Amino acid sequence: MSALASTFYNALVKRNSVFVPVIFTGAFAFSVGFDIGITKLWDARNQGKQWKDIRAKYIEEE
Amino acid sequence: MSAKDYYGGAPQQQYYPPQGPPPGQGGYYPGPQQPQQAYGAQPYGGQPGYGQPYQPQPPPQTVYVLPAGALKNVAALSGARSTSLNAARSLPRVRFASSSASSSSAFESFTNSRATLASATLLTVGSIAWYANLYGTLPFIGEVHANSPAEEGLHPAQYPWSHAGWLDSFDHASIRRGYQVYREVCAACHSLDRIAWRNLVGVSHTVDEVKAMAEEVEYEDGPNDQGEMFTRPGKLSDYLPPPYPNEEAARASNQGALPPDLSLIVKARHGGADYIFSLLTGYRDPPAGFEIREGMNYNPYFPGNAISMARVLFDGLVEYDDGTPATTSQMAKDVVTFLNWAAEPEHDERKKAGLKAVILFSALTAISLYVKRHKWTVIKTRKIQYNPPSSH
Repeated sequence: MSALASTFYNALVKRNSVFVPVIFTGAFAFSVGFDIGITKLWDARNQGKQWKDIRAKYIEEE
Repeated sequence: MSAKDYYGGAPQQQYYPPQGPPPGQGGYYPGPQQPQQAYGAQPYGGQPGYGQPYQPQPPPQTVYVLPAGALKNVAALSGARSTSLNAARSLPRVRFASSSASSSSAFESFTNSRATLASATLLTVGSIAWYANLYGTLPFIGEVHANSPAEEGLHPAQYPWSHAGWLDSFDHASIRRGYQVYREVCAACHSLDRIAWRNLVGVSHTVDEVKAMAEEVEYEDGPNDQGEMFTRPGKLSDYLPPPYPNEEAARASNQGALPPDLSLIVKARHGGADYIFSLLTGYRDPPAGFEIREGMNYNPYFPGNAISMARVLFDGLVEYDDGTPATTSQMAKDVVTFLNWAAEPEHDERKKAGLKAVILFSALTAISLYVKRHKWTVIKTRKIQYNPPSSH
């Protein structure tokens, strides 16, 4: 555990030039992943009710 | 005045019952109310002094405000002071006896506890809230109403709308059918001012369908180069056409009654979707003895029970293109879903964003609570050691 923590500290936290980009990219990746996860949950719960579920019935193929 | 004067020169070991925090002990340690032991009887024995580890002691019986009864007892006992008891011993004992009688201490600790206060408050507030929820009024407070319950309209039942839950989106197939009902039935009298054609795109219709529907309507535009108004086919940015050019025309065509705009009608009526569904399906013959004017219709859900709008939804009135049987209740459900969407077009995104916000803010709250406890552990677990000066 302490080995893991020290690895984490040395790799990501030790230098500010690494730490700040890690925070920024981490926030970006988390927001994208969180959004994808919530959308999957939402779509699973509202299966067949949303516009994208019935859109295929009305769209005219070019 | 030194402590020695105050205690009447009594030896330190006979300090009982105490008048306040004894030397070397603050009065800030809550604990069971029990008499302070004489120092000589303390577990580690002898005088507390330097180098002795601190032993938390229960607080002394500290009474700073004397009730009137205690003073009377003091007066009654004043004669006994001169006998075997000295003043330093008798006065505090009276105080002690007046503040906690041993026979009723259990009852007093029950009535004085915060848990008792909190649960009694909770019981009171809860029962009043329960009563108010059940009967609609506060207990023992009379109310006077100009209206009878019938005049306020029957309360609608709660229907299981497909979008009722916190995480439920609108049923967009129902919105599409509801638009058809609105267009073919309701739009003859009711406007939908705040909905533009473009709002339907991606909600109930494709962009090509909406463009075709908009082009069927002529809109006045202008002025052109010659300064004259002209008409043109509708565009996506146009709003749904109103049935009447103005309110006066609407009233003139409906015996003085104004058909309300339906854009926000679900938000604008008590009961919302349930009320409108009940209204649309609730037409019936008036009960015996109910006088209803010519041109009015009986509806128990409408305030006053007499509504200018006649029943409009009958089985098979429209023909759905997805094959759903067009019963009265099906059409009412679809058009109410459509009107609910018109009142809350942000509904689906709002609930989705709400889910995200609840998750994120709960996580942040948990983190901040953990960090607070983490930072405060040093302060919360510290012990203060105080060694009284030996010259006391």
